[in-house]
Amino acid sequence: MRLVSALRAIVGDDGILVRDEELFVYEADGLTLHRGRPVAVVLPRDKTEVQRIVRSCREHEVPFVPRGAGTGLSGGATAIEGGVIIELQRMNRIVRVDENDRFAIVQPGVVNADLSKAVAHLDLFYAPDPSSQQACTIGGNVAENSGGPHTLKYGTTTNHILGLELVTPDGECLQLGSEAGGTNGYDLVGTVVGSEGTLGIVTEVTVRLTPVPETVATMLGIFDGVVEACRAVGAVIGAGLVPAAMEIVDQRTINAVEDSRYAAGLPRDAGAILIVEADGSSASVARQVERIREFAEASGARDFQVARDEAERVRFWRARKGAFGAMGRLAPDLYVHDAVVPRKKLPEILAAVCEIGDRHGLKLSNVFHAGDGNLHPNISFDRRDAEEMERVIAAGEEILRICVEAGGVITGEHGVGTEKRDYMRLLFSEADLDAMMKLRLAFDPERVCNPGKIFPTTRFCAESNPKARGYDEVPIS
Amino acid sequence: MTTSPENGTPLGVLAAAYESTLDCVHCGLCLTACPTYRETGRETSSPRGRIYLMRGVAEGRIPLGETIVEEAALCLGCRACETACPAGVPYGALLEETRAAVADADLRTGIAARIERSALADLVPHPRRLHWAVNLLAGAQRLGLDRLVRPLMPQRLREMHALLPQIPPSSERGRLPAFTPAEGPTRGRVAVFEGCIMPEMFGRVNAATVRVLAASGFDVVVPQGQGCCGALQAHSGDATTARALASRNVAAFDPADVDAIVVNSAGCGAAMREADHVLPGEADDFARKVRDVSEVLAEAGLPRDLGRVEGTVCYDDPCHLIHAQGVSLPPRALLEAIPGLTLVAHDDPGGCCGAAGIYNLTQPEMSARILARKMDALSAVAPDFIASGNPGCLMQLSTGVAVHGLQAEVVHPVELIDRAIAARSAN
Repeated sequence: MRLVSALRAIVGDDGILVRDEELFVYEADGLTLHRGRPVAVVLPRDKTEVQRIVRSCREHEVPFVPRGAGTGLSGGATAIEGGVIIELQRMNRIVRVDENDRFAIVQPGVVNADLSKAVAHLDLFYAPDPSSQQACTIGGNVAENSGGPHTLKYGTTTNHILGLELVTPDGECLQLGSEAGGTNGYDLVGTVVGSEGTLGIVTEVTVRLTPVPETVATMLGIFDGVVEACRAVGAVIGAGLVPAAMEIVDQRTINAVEDSRYAAGLPRDAGAILIVEADGSSASVARQVERIREFAEASGARDFQVARDEAERVRFWRARKGAFGAMGRLAPDLYVHDAVVPRKKLPEILAAVCEIGDRHGLKLSNVFHAGDGNLHPNISFDRRDAEEMERVIAAGEEILRICVEAGGVITGEHGVGTEKRDYMRLLFSEADLDAMMKLRLAFDPERVCNPGKIFPTTRFCAESNPKARGYDEVPIS
Repeated sequence: MTTSPENGTPLGVLAAAYESTLDCVHCGLCLTACPTYRETGRETSSPRGRIYLMRGVAEGRIPLGETIVEEAALCLGCRACETACPAGVPYGALLEETRAAVADADLRTGIAARIERSALADLVPHPRRLHWAVNLLAGAQRLGLDRLVRPLMPQRLREMHALLPQIPPSSERGRLPAFTPAEGPTRGRVAVFEGCIMPEMFGRVNAATVRVLAASGFDVVVPQGQGCCGALQAHSGDATTARALASRNVAAFDPADVDAIVVNSAGCGAAMREADHVLPGEADDFARKVRDVSEVLAEAGLPRDLGRVEGTVCYDDPCHLIHAQGVSLPPRALLEAIPGLTLVAHDDPGGCCGAAGIYNLTQPEMSARILARKMDALSAVAPDFIASGNPGCLMQLSTGVAVHGLQAEVVHPVELIDRAIAARSAN
């Protein structure tokens, strides 16, 4: 209880939650499969409070977990080993916008979509656009190196972060990178982006802003099945075109979305739709649209439409981005998978994914960033059904295995978190994992910062017992 | 009895809400739509968090305790989360179930809760009592008696008193005529819902509603025996009174006799549209006929020869119109159709203003914070008029304009149309 008093002294009565029922609400983020209850939740207002919280936690030997909006899908913001959740929602100020050099300095709690909205009058936007962008925060995006549909052309979060302010697990504050961009010495910005909150707490982010393209066209290819839509993607990419986004939505997902307030008039009888966006100069967009239409039709599209106006364009994207939540119509829980495969293998992998879902008798749907080969097989389930849970987990593992066998990886944009920590060995050797752990311990030698994430729990005890593996000898600075 | 397979125990309180809580897959798209989440940054004060609490209580994993009682009271019931929710969780209904459970367990104490309960059950539903209470208040305001006894009031009551609006003159506090014929060729027949607070505080809006409907070609009937819609009682967890009031209105209106039952108060309209939820099988025809006045007018089209109303107007969506009824374009279209008037957008028109029924009285601190955000957005545009179609919002926005020093006049959209119609002869 001494820790709670110390934290209360830092953030005030209004900035701390300690009641059992309050902590219960914080037991999961966007992944409800894995749950863990914190001992307290604190809501700091500035960097100094974050430093004091971190120091206090260390003094009391209690781990801490940074959290943004809790929309992550790999359990990154869950206090899986207990400890204090540092909720960064109240640090939500846009500190500075530089129109000429096209960057913004923001606090971690700024909502992704709010940033683009705030700079829209300057004809700029923040490019990474995860589906949860209307709620998720820049801090969370940095932690998970989030992607989104437009990753295909614009890259993931890491391509848009120029600098970071990081409170290290010992309470020091580091300035990494700068608004000028470029790397000097080790790329520590690149190291921290995607580190899932295990290296420290980001308290300020310098992001690159991107000019709004002159013209945007959003197209809709209607297909009889997911496999045909995948072929069209392969053809477009293979021809050297770089659309801004290429997304596939299957029939089950289309119907869930069309039942919701995110409905966009998508054809319910389509086996799959392919949403393609092209941007650039108007001449270039017109050319891209024609070529994409040809490839879609050659791959078996039964219809091809171009959004008539901005309102329709927005409706298509809202439908795509509401897909995850809309699955609540099918079952109480949803396991959103995330894996990447080489694009040319998309048709066969998709067929195999569907076969796995069917074989396990599961309600599986696919809505994904096809242009990047980034799959999101979604399994609807009910966590109260233990037997079904076993099938969900078994199917999930099988899906990851076939993706890795095809030359893919186990996460494209959601992170490893608790969700995939035990699958890391599908991809990495012990030596690989040791190297990663050494890096982690260089920042966080006591393993107090978001423990229980990324590293496998089974048969590998480095994280739980670093001394046994000699990590104490790793120099810290 | 249903059991929760998660821990095998029978579902307790909130059992009725349980199935709907399962529709939430925890995606979080509702978070930023929620005014109390935006203010506090606390998951517990978000729709997703509150649904999680409800599910936890139903499954017996947490008690119906302090946190859910506080959160059920802190929630505005604005239902902006329903607009944001891809899974279609019926949050408003869940909130009412929760508040009813809290009321049944007698967990809300304090002077504000007591006043709220007695006012909603014993005063508001009774037109004559309400009228005399308002008379009393008007008299006290006129003589300055209320200010005189203010120092004697408990702190909480003093805060509530500070938020009471100025009562309009008695000439504006009348009931509507039972029948008003259409001007020119008749295009239809509508029944108008008067409401409980509307005649007392916004008789001018009710009168304007009838004039505008008649000028647009509607025969207007105002059925006798109608009364309070029961929305506030349902929102506060008093399902019994809410049901009785809904029943009274279902009996008073004859849906077969009219093309629409027209409502000019968004909160009442939402409750009446959902009357079939409180009276299953008894109110389907009634509920189907309920329309907001803006929908009826926008569909019919305004008279062609409207006069001018000069100025700029910001339209602010009542939550129970945009989120609960899904109506946002018709009021804007009507305002845009008025010559001389320019509709200007402000940031976040769909966010709650903090009125939320009697929330501004029960949660004054949070209400003021939410109002301040709204006023910042409106100040940036500095319109001549702020238009909104709900009595609670009109009072709250008027308070906001006074406290934050805006120059705008706060009006119901039909008042501006009424002025344009009155200005016809000047053309």
